[in-house]
Amino acid sequence: MSKLKMPVRSPGVDMTPMVDLFSLLLTFFMLTTSFRPSEAVQVDTPSSISEKKTPEKNVITLLISKDNKVFFNFDNGADSNSHMRSALLKMIGDYYKISFTPQELKKFENLSSFGVPMAKMKDWINAPDQKVRDGLSVNGIPTDSTAIGSELQMWIHFARLTNPEAEAAIKGDFASDYKVVKKIMDILQDKKINKFDLTTNLEKVEVKAKDIK
Amino acid sequence: MAEIIESGGGKKQGGKKRPKKHSTHVDMTPMVDLFSLLLTFFMLTTAFSKPKVMEIVLPDKIKDQKDIKAPEVDKDKVLNIIIEDDKAFWYNGMAAPDKETKQLPKLTAANFSKDGIRKVLLLRNKNLFLKIDDFTQEVLKGKIKLPKDSVDKRLKQFKKEDKSGPIVLIKAGDNVKYGNLVDIIDEMAICNIARYAIVNISPEEKQMLATAKALLPPTPAAKKQKLNKRVL
Repeated sequence: MSKLKMPVRSPGVDMTPMVDLFSLLLTFFMLTTSFRPSEAVQVDTPSSISEKKTPEKNVITLLISKDNKVFFNFDNGADSNSHMRSALLKMIGDYYKISFTPQELKKFENLSSFGVPMAKMKDWINAPDQKVRDGLSVNGIPTDSTAIGSELQMWIHFARLTNPEAEAAIKGDFASDYKVVKKIMDILQDKKINKFDLTTNLEKVEVKAKDIK
Repeated sequence: MAEIIESGGGKKQGGKKRPKKHSTHVDMTPMVDLFSLLLTFFMLTTAFSKPKVMEIVLPDKIKDQKDIKAPEVDKDKVLNIIIEDDKAFWYNGMAAPDKETKQLPKLTAANFSKDGIRKVLLLRNKNLFLKIDDFTQEVLKGKIKLPKDSVDKRLKQFKKEDKSGPIVLIKAGDNVKYGNLVDIIDEMAICNIARYAIVNISPEEKQMLATAKALLPPTPAAKKQKLNKRVL
């Protein structure tokens, strides 16, 4: 380095390799990252040996928290220009005779999973921050059926109408009751969704042939 | 980015012009700061393992049940599993009273561990399991070279052709957690069970379950587990 005669003043560390490494790692992480979507509830999924990947688009996600509340999520479709979420909200708003302003529809599009009854939907969308939203979604989406069907049923029904390609995925907590899951599976079957996914964690299990000999 | 030219601390003493001694060092400290900050951020927010999904297929719901008969199944092949209280109770055949003893079949309790219900399933499904195991071993060793799609297709065909394996009927009692259901479906996948279905529990089976549960000795471990669960 210093073959030139330099004043011995700055004992600088050569940071070039460090920068090289950092920029490399940084690029790697920036390219591979996919942000953890924030969800309305924390769900600990059970584990299975299935290696099928979660589809990213066209999914109706039904989250079940460990205290058996049901949350709903729906994505914007194949690309965000399809505006599936706002279309869905508009449709279900018409059904329940609640009109949403274009600003509210737009805002709803950028939000994620929710668990509020329709009556509180407007408050939920217009809530200033996530804390208020969490406060509103203490009960999840009502699943008890009235004469015309529960709100959850309506959400699934309209979600299928808005995006016929959408598949259903149940993301339940391992400690949630089977009865709630059963109820949801019944609704899905009623809506002619007979094939759906259960979100799980990957777990390796090996069974050797000699175990059964 | 700042470029520091170490020329000896500014102009001193009347500006006697010297030829510049340059060492063109770029001060990279701010850059490193920024990079490490961003790097930490991305490392912490990134989610490497994406959640996986397990696909299940349910039959069409039949609204009008009058005209449709339940499919006939070979009684000897049926293996019933009733899940309840973190346990899997199993019995063979149908939930009908025995012709001679007039008693309902007895349930055997098993747990979800490696030696529990899995052993029962593996023994019943031995033929198919070994066949599939041989095949996958050979694929892994490279003796059979096939693309992944056709491997999957072949496995499906094995399952379709199989006649020896059991028909597993999964039923859930009253006190079942969703995790248990996933566990049992997962066991089906682990043991390569070709035919299984999730069905509703019948009144007879509820009765059988009650008797089996009454017979079950409450082990200290189970009691402790229950207490722990309550605390949780």
